[in-house]
Amino acid sequence: MLTNCQCFDSFARIIFIGGVKMTPKQPKNPFPAIAPMGVDGLLLRFADKLSESANRAALGFRSALAKDPLAGVEEVAAALASVYLRFDPTQTSYETLHAALENRLRQPWQAALESRRRWLIPTVYGGEHGPQLAEVAALAGMSEQAAMAQISATPLRVMSLGFAPGQPYLGLLPKAFDLPRQSALTKEVPAGALTLAIRQCVLFATPAPTGWRHIGQTRFEAFLPESDTPFPLRPGDELLFAPVSVDDLSRHAPRMEPIP
Amino acid sequence: MSRYLTFHHGGVALSVQDAGRAGFIEFGLSKGGAADVLALAEGAALLGQTPFMAALEMAGTGGVFSASAPMRIALTGAPMQATLDGRILRWNAAHVLEAGQKLQISAAKKGIYGYLHIGGGLASPELLGSRSAHLAAGLGGYLAPNTRLPIGPDPALSAPGQYLPAPRSRFEGGVVRMVASAQTSRFEAATRARFEATPFVLAPQGNRQGVRLGFEGAGFTAKDQLDMVSEFMIPGDIQMTGDGTPFVLLPECQTTGGYPRIGTVIPQDLPIVAQAPPGSPLRFRFICADEARATWQSLAQVCAGLSRTTRPLLRDPRTMPDLLSYQLISGVTAGREPDIEGELDEN
Repeated sequence: MLTNCQCFDSFARIIFIGGVKMTPKQPKNPFPAIAPMGVDGLLLRFADKLSESANRAALGFRSALAKDPLAGVEEVAAALASVYLRFDPTQTSYETLHAALENRLRQPWQAALESRRRWLIPTVYGGEHGPQLAEVAALAGMSEQAAMAQISATPLRVMSLGFAPGQPYLGLLPKAFDLPRQSALTKEVPAGALTLAIRQCVLFATPAPTGWRHIGQTRFEAFLPESDTPFPLRPGDELLFAPVSVDDLSRHAPRMEPIP
Repeated sequence: MSRYLTFHHGGVALSVQDAGRAGFIEFGLSKGGAADVLALAEGAALLGQTPFMAALEMAGTGGVFSASAPMRIALTGAPMQATLDGRILRWNAAHVLEAGQKLQISAAKKGIYGYLHIGGGLASPELLGSRSAHLAAGLGGYLAPNTRLPIGPDPALSAPGQYLPAPRSRFEGGVVRMVASAQTSRFEAATRARFEATPFVLAPQGNRQGVRLGFEGAGFTAKDQLDMVSEFMIPGDIQMTGDGTPFVLLPECQTTGGYPRIGTVIPQDLPIVAQAPPGSPLRFRFICADEARATWQSLAQVCAGLSRTTRPLLRDPRTMPDLLSYQLISGVTAGREPDIEGELDEN
């Protein structure tokens, strides 16, 4: 488990590279970078490619902004490698917020992932409930048993929610699972399907066609619009997909548990 | 007594819409809400109420409606033929719908989305802070025939009808202003210039998530566009798919995406895109951020501005067969000058 301190370190490296004097041949690291989004928004990027450190920086900086909000900001959100701020243009301006963000980035901001939570999600791997586990294992160069063991032992963090409401993009798996999406779409995976590509998993919130490979099935519901917690998952949550039998899937509900 | 509006039958794409539910982008739920937000402000200005109330959005065509009790209505957005017990009603105006009268709203003459607003607003249950159906997210849906919609209390039931003399024309395409956004610099200057110079035609199969732009010539691709990490996207963004075909995103768009966006349509002009019927010509023009911010107005500000432009709707007593009862119910007092109905507004 990475500590708060390590989260900060990984981010500090990013800005440090940005601040270090480079030889003219080397392009300067442009991150973190601030850009406008529409008339009433800003995008703060920590990278233009997905990385563990950029995702931790985005989630951590988003938490810091939530704890100590900037005036006039109406919404703060973190995605894979960036933070989005939407503001009320009658209350503040792009320039004001740009300056405020640069100031915050210069200071040692608290990069702790806010109140991290871990979910235990009973999962049936392979067979008709995960028809592409065998394919994934073959592509990763291991047995189905070994693939299941590695995937189920890796706590996967919610790096971003999207595509459908509440639907998590989870990462990162070991490098062996850096597999491209399949070129042809699977016609439909059911809600609760655990799918895999590019060292990530997506846990489907609704039935959908997808290029991600279907490796397991859960009964997790990622969007409960009529409940008190319409979005059970938050960016930064960790998920463990524990292998169970088909019978046990109906017996055991997904649950949250403290991180050891 | 409960007040409700009944949708008897008609269009298949009628939904309850308000200003949407902001604040859930991080959870993968876009704001949604009325496709033409300006129409919400117009309806609110006509009825003298807040623009955050829910109205009925009618895509393509309306239907047959009746009221359980007297209520005020306003008609805005894509102009549609509307009649009340056979009498033609002016569009972009507020009227009284008596209990038992038949309100009929036919297909749009131009544009896509017409709106039926009620004094007091539609009072269907809120979900996540809004009454809007979000079809892409599976929240609510299109109205089924014979649906009863509860109506909120209307403190201004007897207020005289108003009309908008010059609502903004936005139903046949046109020139749309956009600003540079977070990914604009991924496109080369020549590609951006070509985008501005290209005459686009709105393609069929658009919906509340977005619309596709048809064009001739090469696609508008960006540098390293298959290598992009997924980032947030917002309504108004002009997204290029893999082959460089532009889509303009609308209120029910997805919240993140890995395709680059060449720019963002300013909120004031997004109704031009949403209301453009297939085949409409569209052109896009970059404006600088300062200009866009200077013209930005909140929905409440837009509504307040429109409120200053409404005019009393005059009715011709010769077209009112039940003049006496009409006046009694609508609260027009004796001594007031008889109203003369204004000419029909084709917008």
